[in-house]
Amino acid sequence: MAEPLLDARDLVKNYGGVQALRGASFTAHEGEVVSLIGDNGAGKSTLVKCLSGVEQPDAGTIAFAGREVALPSPTSARALGIETVYQDLAVAPDLDPAANLFLGRELRRAGPLGWLGVLDKKEMRRRAAAAFHELGVSIQDVDVPIGALSGGQRQSVAVARSVVWAGRLVFMDEPTAALGVVQRERVLDVIRRVRDRGLAVVLISHNMPEVLAVSDRVEVLRLGRRVARFTAADTTVEELVGAMTGALSQEDA
Amino acid sequence: MTDVRGRSWRQRLFGANTLWIGLVLLALIAVFGAIRPDAVLTTFTLQTTLVETSVLLVLSVGMTYVIITAGIDLSVGSVLVFSGVTSAMAMNAVNDGNATGAGWGTVLFGLLVALLSGAAWGLLNGLLVAWTRIPPLIVTLGSFGAALGAGQLLSNGSNVSGVPEVLADGLGTGTWFGVPNLVLLAAAVTAVGALVLATTRFGRHTYAIGSNEEAARRAGIGVTGHLVRVYLLAGVLAGLAGFMALAYFRVASITGHDTDNLNAIAGVVLGGTSLFGGAGSVVGTVLGVFIPAVLRKGFVIVGVNVYWQPIAVAIVLVAAVWFDQSRRKARNQR
Ligand SMILES: Nc1ncnc2c1ncn2[C@@H]1O[C@H](COP(=O)(O)OP(=O)(O)OP(=O)(O)O)[C@@H](O)[C@H]1O
Ligand SMILES: [Mg+2]
Repeated sequence: MAEPLLDARDLVKNYGGVQALRGASFTAHEGEVVSLIGDNGAGKSTLVKCLSGVEQPDAGTIAFAGREVALPSPTSARALGIETVYQDLAVAPDLDPAANLFLGRELRRAGPLGWLGVLDKKEMRRRAAAAFHELGVSIQDVDVPIGALSGGQRQSVAVARSVVWAGRLVFMDEPTAALGVVQRERVLDVIRRVRDRGLAVVLISHNMPEVLAVSDRVEVLRLGRRVARFTAADTTVEELVGAMTGALSQEDA
Repeated sequence: MTDVRGRSWRQRLFGANTLWIGLVLLALIAVFGAIRPDAVLTTFTLQTTLVETSVLLVLSVGMTYVIITAGIDLSVGSVLVFSGVTSAMAMNAVNDGNATGAGWGTVLFGLLVALLSGAAWGLLNGLLVAWTRIPPLIVTLGSFGAALGAGQLLSNGSNVSGVPEVLADGLGTGTWFGVPNLVLLAAAVTAVGALVLATTRFGRHTYAIGSNEEAARRAGIGVTGHLVRVYLLAGVLAGLAGFMALAYFRVASITGHDTDNLNAIAGVVLGGTSLFGGAGSVVGTVLGVFIPAVLRKGFVIVGVNVYWQPIAVAIVLVAAVWFDQSRRKARNQR
């Protein structure tokens, strides 16, 4: 197989006395959807935070596009083209969907007003509406605070934000957890489309049929360590569950 | 299908807190005006109310930014005193101990000293809040005491006189087409503060940090630096307010500013800015600052004992916060 886009090895992360990651490895390739699964508390979200610059691993190496990298901040990960949908969404509930989509990347007006930092709200709103439309996110009001939207709508905004800006890799930590059937299918469609654009998509989900439906590969995390890897086409829900619970393990994972 | 549209101006207008606060203010003026039309609706009453509120308004503009970041600044009144003292003393120092007859050069120098004094306290507040993560309430409670103490040390606990006549006559009591210069200055500061908050990236980041600090950080916003700048802004505006008070009272007074901080906070919160951060506006603050001012003026004019004023303000304040809180609760339960 080609060289991986992201290759994390033996990551360790301690929170006080809690060992969230105990030598976890993880691999993602361009143009593939890889699902990261594991029981509650297995360390999936912690791994994603370490790989998107939010948390610093205590040990281990991260290689991106063949080069070893350090990710001291979310900005450094974003500069590499890595975007993330966090499990807690990380949106500003008092700001409207367009403001959240452009959070930290606000567009400024052209000319002197822009030099003074004046925002181009109209253009941001227009582009946000276009992005939501393209991704099939239905939001009635683009200028209400997103805290007033439904949980699913908020989640959709967070997903839209990640795929709009991602250049090479998207982490999605349980992006469909709050979604209805229709909206869930839309997100899975979006994931496939992003993959077809050549990006790597990392999906975290507890929904095994969903995992098998959308992934190319599956990696299993258990107690802070990678315990198994599967090609989605060749595996079954039983196998995945076995790996997550420890009933089944692979030597070379 | 996607259906993305904005709300109509009507929905926006009636959804806005500021509309209701504006109506409350208008209702107050109308009530007092109906009781004593001869005394209330005069240029003189209007002028004095505006002048007396100008200094507080400048403090409140800075406070609005701080509270939108979910912070608080208890030090503004003390920083005002400190800046007034340093400014007056500096002006005296360059004029052989008495600046009364000094010219505009001295005045500009005094302004600079006032702004720098405010900036120093604001910077200290900002650095402590942003770097050490000590709660802003504690940090600024500390500088509330320290700035006042430092001012008293410098002036030996007494007021500092010797304010240049040109400053007192120009900025302090001068008018421009009938509008007091002090009011014009406060209005200009407020207008700039309102525009920066509502239309710029700086303003947007201020809201974002107050709304969800962690989200702002993950979105690549320099939260630490931004918080420092917000407290710095509040400090500089407190310095300016100190200079304005100096011009108006012709003396840098040590006393009479113990509750400026609370008055500013009350004005900001009455104006619809949320103590939980993330929401609010300078326009609302203007209205909120004038509610207590109008109540006080109105009570004097219609002959109600003025001691009712703080009680009335307290009731409105608690009601305003309660309203904000229940609105948030309703929203967050979705
Ligand atoms: N900030 C933190 N402080 C202390 N402990 C933490 C912190 N974040 C995670 N942990 C611990 O690390 C372990 C792994 O947590 P993590 O959130 O990564 O699990 P997860 O696989 O994402 O679980 P879930 O499926 O429930 O989202 C847990 O035991 C958790 O308690
Ligand atoms: Mg998780």
